[in-house]
Amino acid sequence: MNSQSSRYRGAETTTLVVHVENKAGVLARVAGLFARRGFNIESLTVAPTDDERFSRLTIVVGVSSAPMEQVVKQLDKLVNVVEIQELNPIASIERELMMATVRAEPEIRGQILDLVRIFQATVLNVGHDEIMVSLTGSLSRIDDFEDLLRPYGIVDVQRTGKVALPKLTKNVSEQLA
Amino acid sequence: MKMNGGQALMKALENEGVSILFGLPGGAILPVYDPLLDSSIRHVLVRHEQGAGHMAEGYAHATGQPGVAMVTSGPAATNIVTPLCDAYMDSIPMVVVTGQVPYAAIGTDAFQECDTTGITMAVTKHNYLVTEAADIPQVIHDAFHIATTGRPGPVLVDIPKDIVDPNNPRSAMEWRTPKDHDLPGYSPNLHGDPEQIRHAAKLICAAERPVLYTGGGILKARAAEALLELAELTSIHVVTTLMNRGGFPDEHPLGLGMPGMHGNYTAVTAMQEADLLIALGARFDDRVTGKVDGFAPLAKVIHVDIDSAELGKVRRPDIAIQGDCRVVIEELVEVLKAEGGVESQPDRSQWRSRISGWQERFPLTYEQSQPGELLKPQYVLEKLRDSTPDDTIVASGVGQHQMWTSQYWKFNHPYTWVNSGGLGTMGFAIPAAIGAKAGKPDRMIWAVDGDGCFQMTAQELVTATTEGFPIKVALINNSYLGMVRQWQEMFYEERYSEVYLDRDVPDYKKWAEALGCVGIRVDSPEEVEPAIVKANEVDDRPVVVEFRCEAEENVLPMVPAGKTNSEVVVDPSQQDLPR
Ligand SMILES: Cc1ncc(C[n+]2csc(CCOP(=O)(O)OP(=O)(O)O)c2C)c(N)n1
Ligand SMILES: [Mg+2]
Repeated sequence: MNSQSSRYRGAETTTLVVHVENKAGVLARVAGLFARRGFNIESLTVAPTDDERFSRLTIVVGVSSAPMEQVVKQLDKLVNVVEIQELNPIASIERELMMATVRAEPEIRGQILDLVRIFQATVLNVGHDEIMVSLTGSLSRIDDFEDLLRPYGIVDVQRTGKVALPKLTKNVSEQLA
Repeated sequence: MKMNGGQALMKALENEGVSILFGLPGGAILPVYDPLLDSSIRHVLVRHEQGAGHMAEGYAHATGQPGVAMVTSGPAATNIVTPLCDAYMDSIPMVVVTGQVPYAAIGTDAFQECDTTGITMAVTKHNYLVTEAADIPQVIHDAFHIATTGRPGPVLVDIPKDIVDPNNPRSAMEWRTPKDHDLPGYSPNLHGDPEQIRHAAKLICAAERPVLYTGGGILKARAAEALLELAELTSIHVVTTLMNRGGFPDEHPLGLGMPGMHGNYTAVTAMQEADLLIALGARFDDRVTGKVDGFAPLAKVIHVDIDSAELGKVRRPDIAIQGDCRVVIEELVEVLKAEGGVESQPDRSQWRSRISGWQERFPLTYEQSQPGELLKPQYVLEKLRDSTPDDTIVASGVGQHQMWTSQYWKFNHPYTWVNSGGLGTMGFAIPAAIGAKAGKPDRMIWAVDGDGCFQMTAQELVTATTEGFPIKVALINNSYLGMVRQWQEMFYEERYSEVYLDRDVPDYKKWAEALGCVGIRVDSPEEVEPAIVKANEVDDRPVVVEFRCEAEENVLPMVPAGKTNSEVVVDPSQQDLPR
């Protein structure tokens, strides 16, 4: 795989799942903390939880930027931060969604559809000479898919950033991924 | 009880025990200044909002109670950013209330609108933008709780005008006294982990060259007595950082005074040579450690701090204990007593004699001025120290005069030193001294100020005069931004760039008089003491004593920036002594 290809592979990251109070400005507090302490955010997603008082942030942190212990302790000092979990990649399941629009002249459309089938991706939209596809999967699978699409000409790509949950104790589902 | 948001704000502040507010009104906060008239809270009208913030800080330094300031929106809010940052760096409990444009106008670039919570997010422990009048009681209750517990710090509460304006229906509310706090993410822990404390006791009992490295956390936790007990029980020497001057008596046989960039040789060197540092409420600041890689290279470290993020931030401790300094010291003392108390400590006579050797060879020293020369600032500070009551509170500005004050004063009581450590804010002294006087009206308060600093906040002497705070100011006029001049002399080959202030302009005596103070000018050594005695006798207004000092005097010892503490530069007269 060439170096420009994979967004996450090789870059050392840790995933933090942060429960915050659902208050105005809380995202700015978290982002501001990362900025002023010199910590790198690789990706950040925000989602509601089943308790409307709280939201859940999934933050992928570049570990080269700071010792993870400092990141966690400084985050924990934010008054609106209620709980922080550091997700061990081996003990959690991580997913990301990618949408991509790819050049697809009619004569090569079939090749792209082959890739879609192999990756169990989805076709969202088809134009005269472009096709829009999406894939949900582990980060490395998405990296692979993106790499294979790239030679055809990616017109637009959007990745959501990672979400993750700890694995259940009975560890059977990973093979399905 | 039905009331409006402005009344609720006053009532909420009263309920928190606030008796004095430092502030200055304006459009957005106007509605709150009306119920203020009916409140039991005294308001001190400042001349610049920065003054209000530093007064609140000085009040908190001297009393341990949170200082409170109230100002309007926009430019007033930005004027108080410096004190907020100062309080954040030095962990000062403070609550600042700012006015804001009406809620519906937020985001429209309304007159005197600024994003106050956005601007102050990075310099407060927490801040609030209150959106409903009904939220005021709970927010104020939580704000004081956050400011005063855990690691103390400043909290800002931004209040849109409409929710406090009785003419606006959005201000109508029903008062409900908050019972609990609404802070699911905030619960500071005070107690140390018993196992770590036992480990710490073991290390202490095994150490041959231990030093207690004590910081501002001692004063914040009101742990001075506990520290004294720990030091005496173990006979371990104590260094007190700039933020903990007064936290251990300088005149105690175990007191080594201030370490760091301008620390005395013994305090600096004892830490360098130690085999164990017991860091209590200290944060391994760069001004203390010098080049971190070379700091206390032989020492194991026990680190106690209320803020777990400090543990391992700069130096990885061998034993990390998160907890309140007083509680943890008391817990540690119990364990040490169980281990045999005084008997548990090894013979450290060799270490003691090394320390006393350094003290004899490398005391603080300076060359006295020759007849006809200008005053030596160190001489002025020694005289001031010796001619004022033992429990005098000193506030200082930032620069050479600050370092000389910390070096030459003998601090024997906690809460007698009011200073800007972490941020190093020029102009801190006068307003902070006023705040200290407001909190401790029966005590003598001296501000030691530089000529540069004085020119930044002198206007608050008007506040001191008109509001009846008879503080005293020792103005060390060396006609320079002296600390910067010293760096240019030592590290920029004496290429002086923009540091000369002028010796005669402004005329400080006349200026002091114009501000309503007694103004005294002192030129020669024999006038120093009489001038101080005279100033001490004035009790009905502030006094400014201008001491005309030698311009070229340097603060020594000094650890040059980027050097290790082993490379400390001492006075020329001590240069060739064996270290
Ligand atoms: C607000 C602010 N601006 C600039 C500085 C940088 N600075 C540190 S000490 C100093 C000189 C202070 O001069 P003065 O008050 O005369 O004190 P001196 O060093 O002469 O005793 C300066 C400019 C600062 N600390 N604070
Ligand atoms: Mg000066």
